[in-house]
Amino acid sequence: MKAKVHVTLKNGVLDPQGQAILKALANNNIKGINSVRQGKFFELELDNKADAEAQVEEACRKLLANSVIENYDIELIA
Amino acid sequence: MKAGVVVFPGSNCDRDMKVALEAAGADVSMVWHKDTKLPKLDLVVLPGGFSYGDYLRCGALSAHSPIVAEVKKHAENGGYVLGVCNGFQVLTETGLLPGALLRNRNLHFICKSQSLQVANDNNKFTAAFQKGDVVNFPIAHHDGNYFAGEDVLKELEDNQQIAFRYVENPNGSANDIAGIYNKGGNILGMMPHPERVISDLLGGVDGKRFFEGLMK
Repeated sequence: MKAKVHVTLKNGVLDPQGQAILKALANNNIKGINSVRQGKFFELELDNKADAEAQVEEACRKLLANSVIENYDIELIA
Repeated sequence: MKAGVVVFPGSNCDRDMKVALEAAGADVSMVWHKDTKLPKLDLVVLPGGFSYGDYLRCGALSAHSPIVAEVKKHAENGGYVLGVCNGFQVLTETGLLPGALLRNRNLHFICKSQSLQVANDNNKFTAAFQKGDVVNFPIAHHDGNYFAGEDVLKELEDNQQIAFRYVENPNGSANDIAGIYNKGGNILGMMPHPERVISDLLGGVDGKRFFEGLMK
């Protein structure tokens, strides 16, 4: 079983890296992109268990994301 | 005062911290992050550096080191804890201090002498200073941009938990915050490095005053 986890900055949390990437896109003449927010993506391989989702949830809460500044989104793939 | 400096893989200000504490009269032991017991200490220091190479988020992996559970217990029992730079990041990641430290607003690694205003002198950590005093401690960080929600910032202000503020905000920190206390006042986290200014040869003695005040 696999899980894909996206960790993204909460609304309102400054993302200077995203802003720098946005500027770099404009400098590369890539037009029409109005905003960039940088996040993280994790691919987890885990045991086939009924409580797999709860386990990934715990992993996000305890380590993968910092709930002060980040949200997470879990996708389980059988 | 008995002090312990925690050494994580990637700590690089741990020995400077030991020298600074000893110069102020402390009896200092080094504590390895894998240890599961703290010796009897009055003060635990989480030093600066790049623990675990700043993987995932600065301080995130160190916050789960075995010794940190003991540091939490020490703090809960009223023991003093000081986190400098990466140590401050570890303290926010453990939840011992509120908020988080984001990438500097201008994206630069900033390494320079920094003026700070003492925002609260009613605490052992700032015993050497008066509120409003301006001191110079160096800063050296990439992720020192203090962030917390509006409600948390209000609580920090209302409870006088701000220890130091930047005189000219170098990194985008909310409310110019350079260092904060926990509610109980026994935990201080700060981005600037007092241990780097303990002699005129090193560019100043404000850090020496800081540590000597702490020993009183």
